[in-house]
Amino acid sequence: MNAKRVDKIATGVLYAIAAFVVIILVALLGYILVQGVPEISWHFLTSPALSFEAGGGIGIQLFNSFYLLFLALLISLPISLGAGIYLNEYAPQNTITGLIRTTIEILSSLPSVVVGLFGYLFFVVQFKLGFSILSGAFALTVFNLPILTRSIEEALANISNDQREAGYALGLSRWETVTKIVVPAALPSIITGVVLSAGRIFGEAAALIYTAGQSAPALNFHDWNPFNISSPLSPMRPAETLAVHIWKINSEGIMPDAKAVSAGASAVLIIAVLLFNFLARWLGKRLYKHLTAE
Amino acid sequence: MADNTNLTTSQRNILKFDPKDHEIALSTEDLHVFYGKTEGISEGDLQFERYKISALIGPSGSGKSTYLRSLNRMNDRIATVKGKIMYRGLDINSNDIDVYEMRRHIGMVFQRPNPFAKSIYENIAFALRQRGMNKKQDLDEIVERSLRQAAMWDQVKDDLNKSALALSGGQQQRLCIARAIAIKPDILLLDEPASALDPVSTSQIEDTLLELKQNYTIIIVTHNMQQASRISDYTAFFNLGKVLEYAETGDIFTNPKVDLTNDYISGNFG
Repeated sequence: MNAKRVDKIATGVLYAIAAFVVIILVALLGYILVQGVPEISWHFLTSPALSFEAGGGIGIQLFNSFYLLFLALLISLPISLGAGIYLNEYAPQNTITGLIRTTIEILSSLPSVVVGLFGYLFFVVQFKLGFSILSGAFALTVFNLPILTRSIEEALANISNDQREAGYALGLSRWETVTKIVVPAALPSIITGVVLSAGRIFGEAAALIYTAGQSAPALNFHDWNPFNISSPLSPMRPAETLAVHIWKINSEGIMPDAKAVSAGASAVLIIAVLLFNFLARWLGKRLYKHLTAE
Repeated sequence: MADNTNLTTSQRNILKFDPKDHEIALSTEDLHVFYGKTEGISEGDLQFERYKISALIGPSGSGKSTYLRSLNRMNDRIATVKGKIMYRGLDINSNDIDVYEMRRHIGMVFQRPNPFAKSIYENIAFALRQRGMNKKQDLDEIVERSLRQAAMWDQVKDDLNKSALALSGGQQQRLCIARAIAIKPDILLLDEPASALDPVSTSQIEDTLLELKQNYTIIIVTHNMQQASRISDYTAFFNLGKVLEYAETGDIFTNPKVDLTNDYISGNFG
């Protein structure tokens, strides 16, 4: 066989593998969407879930998912940003920082159910936070920190050292150079990383089952005082999210339309995660364009 | 390096200025640079005259860039620099020097153009604002003056809010020069500023430097000997981490005293 033939065969095989992956993905997405989209209606998206009758919605779960996501990012973003800046800009490259990096890598491969059980023992039981949004947000932070830290560190590492030297040569301090030059230049990829991790958080179930809980008590959407337990903003109330709801319906749902609710909820979840992904790409590209040309 | 008994490398010819006739802007005494335990520079003793262009030439790895980067302590986190760097009677290589403040007196332009990912205007105004200059009128004035000095005002005056990354390489480099002189340093260090540029941009940069000479002391590393002979007043020849010859540029290129200098400028090695 000559080189040209080998190359042709290899190309063919690679195409086939790629096509296989794409087909699986499209089939999966297509199935979920085809099953679920017909179930989605304004009523479905806004009304509370019903345990025993048909016609329940996912309104509260949807709100819980977004609120938990918001809180988890509120906690994890500053920490990850600090850790990423430290690791890439300040830390000397030695065994200790190597150890930190290895730890972060191990943490990022921790199964989320383990994170959930840890959250249960640590936040729910030890810190007596109970099944609450706060426990859930902390568990999600543990789940999210390593990945977000890594993506921020990578975003900073991709900024050429020339930029830092340019700052130093103008008499700027390291802090000024990092905060005013390096981080802004890395912003497009940092934001892409944040939005992608938001998609992961949004779809996470296992870390939340034992932390944010599996019940979605009725909320009073006229009461926005976070200290009232029935307020949507209350961080101390249990809060079943969309992903947890799907898991629960499928394992013990007894409403007559469980199948339809599960399909609809899955479709909403998938669409939301897809939107996060597209948003990440769009924002990243837009910001990059804004920085490089106008 | 230390045991090198080769006669030609021990031969040296270093110009010393008479302080009565020449104002010294910057000088180094007994400068040694170490990367870990390897010595990058030994015996770098040079004086730089004010409002002149001094060129540092030599083959790759001869230590000319290392030497230059030591002058405003850009090597601080990379290498250990020993010896004295005298600027206005101060040893700026000592620990109690405010490095950030010092670098506002001794600016630098790098080999690869490195504008910030900001607008043309912000590239220049940014560092000024960081030091408390906030009046728009003052900033506008300095931005215009710096861009004029870098000979690019007419090309970019209508695009000041455009991203600097959209400029061509030559324009980016001139923006970097404008940015460096906006904070009004005394001394401008340039590390092969034209090596990444085409001949037209290179000659524009050279013209700019000759203009700037009236107000700035310029020290430039170049591997382009024509460039050194075209623009510089004094030239130092580096080899294996040592300055072998430092003299008026005309002398270096027509009548070098050191054999190795002669070999290098006639293209026998490097």
